[in-house]
Amino acid sequence: MDIFVQQVMSGLATGGIYASLALALVMIYQATDVVNFAQGEMAMFATYLAWSMLNAGMPYWGAFLATLAVAFVGGVVIQRVIIRPVENKPILTIVIVTLGLLVIFNSVAGWVWTYLQKPFPSPFPREPFRLGTVVFGAHDLGEIAVTLVMLVLLFLFFRFTPLGLAMRAAAQNPVSSRLAGIRVGWMLALGWGLAATFGAVAGLMVAPILTLDPNMMGGIQIYAFAAATLGGFTSPVGAVVGGFLVGIVENLVGTYVSFIGTELKLTVALAMIIVVLLVKPSGLFGRAHVRRV
Amino acid sequence: MGAILEVEKLEAFYGRTQALHGVSFAMEEGGITTVLGANGAGKTTTLRAISAMVRTRGSIRFASEPIQGKSTEDIVAMGIAHVPEGRGTFVDLTVEENLRIGMYARREKRHAGRDMERVLELFPILRQRRRQHAGTLSGGEQQMLAVARALMLGPRLLLLDEPSLGLAPLVVREIFRILRLINEESRVSILLVEQNASLALDLADHVFLLETGRVVLAGTSDVLRRDDSIRRSYLGY
Repeated sequence: MDIFVQQVMSGLATGGIYASLALALVMIYQATDVVNFAQGEMAMFATYLAWSMLNAGMPYWGAFLATLAVAFVGGVVIQRVIIRPVENKPILTIVIVTLGLLVIFNSVAGWVWTYLQKPFPSPFPREPFRLGTVVFGAHDLGEIAVTLVMLVLLFLFFRFTPLGLAMRAAAQNPVSSRLAGIRVGWMLALGWGLAATFGAVAGLMVAPILTLDPNMMGGIQIYAFAAATLGGFTSPVGAVVGGFLVGIVENLVGTYVSFIGTELKLTVALAMIIVVLLVKPSGLFGRAHVRRV
Repeated sequence: MGAILEVEKLEAFYGRTQALHGVSFAMEEGGITTVLGANGAGKTTTLRAISAMVRTRGSIRFASEPIQGKSTEDIVAMGIAHVPEGRGTFVDLTVEENLRIGMYARREKRHAGRDMERVLELFPILRQRRRQHAGTLSGGEQQMLAVARALMLGPRLLLLDEPSLGLAPLVVREIFRILRLINEESRVSILLVEQNASLALDLADHVFLLETGRVVLAGTSDVLRRDDSIRRSYLGY
C-alpha cells in the first residue's frame, strides 16, 4: 500500500509537468487549431537560459521569474514573426513550420550549450518528507505546488480579467471579436506567450530529475500529447486532468507491470494516445468537432 | 444636426468580385435609416464595408472624420457597433461575459456599470439568464443579446444586420420596440438592413434601396410608403 501511495504521489509530480506542457499545447490548439510541435523544445531552450542565469550567479527564484518573462516575450515574438505570416496557409504548412522550429531550437541549444548533460538544481530541499511510513520527495511536492499555483493564476486570469476574457472570445469567435474591437492577432500572440511560459515551468521542473540536455523534452512532449489527447485537445481542464492521469498511470504501470519497467514507459504513453483516439477521439472532456462539409 | 455617416462612391470587393458599385448616402445623427433590397443586392456588404470587413474604395466619413483605411478594431473603438448577420454570439461564454466583451473597446468606462444595468432593464430576459451559457439561449434571446452587447459599447452608430431573421413575429416586434426606445432615449443612430420591408419602414425615417450593388431609390420612409407603384414594384407588399 505504501508503495502504491508513493507511486501515485510521484505520478502526480511528473503528471504536473505533463499537465503544464499539455496546457500549453491546448492553449495554442484552441485558439488556432494548430498543434505546436516545438512546444517542448521551446521549454528546453528556456531551461537552458535559466541554467545560464544560474551559472552567472543569479538566485534561483530570480532566474525562475526572469526565465518565465523571457519565455513569454519569446513566445509572443515567435508568433508575430514566424507563425503570423503563415497563419492563413493550410494547416500542414503551419505544422511543418512548428516542426522546423523544433529542429532549430534543438540544434541551436546543442550548438550553444553542447549535448553534454548538465545537472540542474532544484529549489526544494533534498530531504524527503515522511508521513507515517510513506516517503515523499520534497521536489515532487514542490513541483505539484508550483503547477497548482500556475494553474490557479491562469484560471483567475482567464476568468476575471478583461484581457483574459478577450483572449477566450478571440479563440472562440474571431470575427465577432473583431467587431467588439478585440485585436485578435495580438490575442493569439499573447496565447503563444502564455503557452511558452507554461512550457518553461515544465522544463524548469523536470530538468532536476532528468538533467538538462537538448533532447530532454522529447519524451515529455509525447506524454504531454498523451495528456492532451486523453483530456481532449479542446479542453484546458481536460489537459490538466489528463496530465495528472498520464503521470499516475505511467508510474503505476512501470511499478506493477514487471516487463515494462522504466525502459518501456514511453510506450505506455503512445498506447494511451492510440486507445483514446480509437475509443473516444474527442477525449474525456473535449467536445466533438462538428463541421459542415 | 450634422451627418453621422457620409458614404460616397463606395465600392466593395470580395476577392476580385465587386459587390458594391459606387454607393452614396448620408445619415443624420440620431436618425434611423434602413437599407432594403433583394438577396445579394449588397445590403450586408454595405455594413461590412463601413466596419472595414471587406476591401473597399471610395469614401466613408463618420462624424466628419474619414474612417477609410482604418482597421475594424479602431472603427469599433470610435463608436460604431456592428451586430452581424447570424448574431455573432460567443456561445461558450455566459450572457454576462458576452456583455462584458461588448464593453471591451469602450473609451470611457465610468458609466459602464450604469449602462449594463440599463441594458438588463431593456432586456429583462438577459438578467434571468445572466449566468447561463449564451449557446443555450433561444434565437430571439440571442438576437437580444447581440443588440445588448452592441449597446455596451456606448455606440453613436448602431449597424444592424437583419435582426428579424428567423425569429417569431412577436419577438421581432419586441426587438423593434426596444430599438425605437434606445434611439429616442440615447440618440443612437441606427443603420438597419432588413428583408422585411414593412417592418423596417415603420421604424426608419430614411430608406434607400439597393439593387446589384447600386442605390436605385432613396428618400424618407413616408414618401416611399405612400407611393403605391414603388411599394408594389420594389418593396413587395
